[in-house]
Amino acid sequence: MADQNESIPAQEQAAAQDPATQQNAQLLALLHRLFGEAAFTDVEESYGLLTVTTTREQIHGIIAGLQKDQELQLNFLTTMCGVHWPEQEGREMSIVYHLHSLTRNIRLRLKIFFPIADPVAPTLTDLYSCANWMEREAFDFYGIIFPGHPNLMRILNVEDMDYHPMRKEYALEDGTREDKTDLFFGR
Amino acid sequence: MAVNDTLESTHKIIESAREQQQHLNPLAPTVNDFNQELTTLNLGPTHPATHGIFQNILQMDGERIISGVPTIGYIHRAFEKIAERRPFYQITTLTDRMNYCSSPINNFGWHMTVEKLLGVEVPKRAQYIRVILMELARITDHLICNGILGVDTGAFTGFLYLMDEREKVYEIYEEVSGARLTTNMGRVGGMERDFSDIAITKLRTWLKTFPTVMREFETMFNRNRIFMDRIVDVGAISAERALNYGFTGPNLRAAGVDYDVRVMNPYSSYQDFDFEIPVGTKGDTYDRFMVRNEEIWQSLRIIEQALENLPAGPYHADAPHFYLPPKQAVYQNMEALIYHFKIVMGEIDAPVGEVYHSVEGGNGELGFYLVSDGGRTPYRLHFRRPCFIYYQAYTEMVVGQTLSDAIVTLSSMNVIAGELDA
Repeated sequence: MADQNESIPAQEQAAAQDPATQQNAQLLALLHRLFGEAAFTDVEESYGLLTVTTTREQIHGIIAGLQKDQELQLNFLTTMCGVHWPEQEGREMSIVYHLHSLTRNIRLRLKIFFPIADPVAPTLTDLYSCANWMEREAFDFYGIIFPGHPNLMRILNVEDMDYHPMRKEYALEDGTREDKTDLFFGR
Repeated sequence: MAVNDTLESTHKIIESAREQQQHLNPLAPTVNDFNQELTTLNLGPTHPATHGIFQNILQMDGERIISGVPTIGYIHRAFEKIAERRPFYQITTLTDRMNYCSSPINNFGWHMTVEKLLGVEVPKRAQYIRVILMELARITDHLICNGILGVDTGAFTGFLYLMDEREKVYEIYEEVSGARLTTNMGRVGGMERDFSDIAITKLRTWLKTFPTVMREFETMFNRNRIFMDRIVDVGAISAERALNYGFTGPNLRAAGVDYDVRVMNPYSSYQDFDFEIPVGTKGDTYDRFMVRNEEIWQSLRIIEQALENLPAGPYHADAPHFYLPPKQAVYQNMEALIYHFKIVMGEIDAPVGEVYHSVEGGNGELGFYLVSDGGRTPYRLHFRRPCFIYYQAYTEMVVGQTLSDAIVTLSSMNVIAGELDA
């Protein structure tokens, strides 16, 4: 892996990312101006995409504010999905939102974390019609509850399933099998 | 008056018959409730006109649709879960089976996502080959959609002509990858093999013959009075609603928004080509049909340019950590054997990070959100499937319309069950 990174000259990489970096700085400044610096933690640029973490109390207000904002017009919800981090005590569940401005071509990734014991997140169905099924999918896969959702029921799995299969505790193969131990191949 | 009286007496007869029936067998189900004004209609799950397995429970007032409840998930195969246990190169076969009408786009979209994560630069020739194959895939995808729209309005001929052309494209796929429908095409880092001479010949022949067939198809449909009467102003959606519903691709462009990933975030050297993005005005079925037709022509333009300017050079990146060495070298060269072993056994560590990459699929923005924890498999892989997101709007689009309108709307939205359910 090490020589892979070295094979790309650092300057070239910086030059390619330059317009994106400028845009991200502009976007971050806007976020700070609209919602205050305290609202965001873990600001990073992951492969040119600005990624910020916020809280589930603030996420609805932030996405609503960005939707209304005329300067950058981040009013397209590209996708949202749940992620399960069993090792992170107290912030096991996560939802990742991808927003896109079709007029300015700026993307933003927003994340929220919350404990698995209290898997509740605000619904975005009042802002985006497309959030309906995305949230149903997150409920189906991870058991995240969205209070206020018009029709929060399973979407892809059968209705009488009694667990949420994308959580990490459900191994893809039968955990009791001895003949196919995964000792040598990572997890 | 007379009609009402007759109706009333009929109702009385039915009522008494039912009472009698219940008296005889209180558990017997009442089959027809004639007092009810609305009918419940099950459209699907295996209705021939839905072209895929999904159900819509429609409430009908006569022939008008009052409300609908879509049920999906009939062919859910838990790709996102399976992907968490597979090395990157084995996930290509999962992407094949999402939008199986345009598998190469899904394959290359996934490869580009991994390349972005790994920081692998793909040579120009491989990028151009990818563009050619992706545009061929887009053409086949649109051919199926528009051909089926013809079938659903009662014109089978156009579909038959187009299927013939799709067959020829599949023969080109065969030359390139050995497979036809689920192509499993390409590798992380480029293509698994170069275009053969036969592939180039087949492609050139097809590029000569296809426009004639396409023009014939357009002559048959574009201004056909019967066809237009069936689809103009049917299943329309405004640009605002379409954006709110997360529409992308031809369906969004038909509503008048010129969003195309190929232009906005060019990948695989799309910036080198000269092509136009067709947009509609009303977002109805006719606009969707016309946008797809025009996109076929634009795709042909791109293919011709790419074939004309196909650069010489390697067809895959020099990334031995991720790109399988040629089989002959594995037997003769120790490094190749080591790399082969490490790649196949998943011993290669990927960088830690998260990456989102999207390509313009047959139906719109096909996105891959990949979270890597440095292991051999993705920690989390989320597919942004355009069908899954825009199919939510179907109910809103067909309410107030007739059943036959609902069928053509569904058909023109090009909902692919594999992509819908993943």
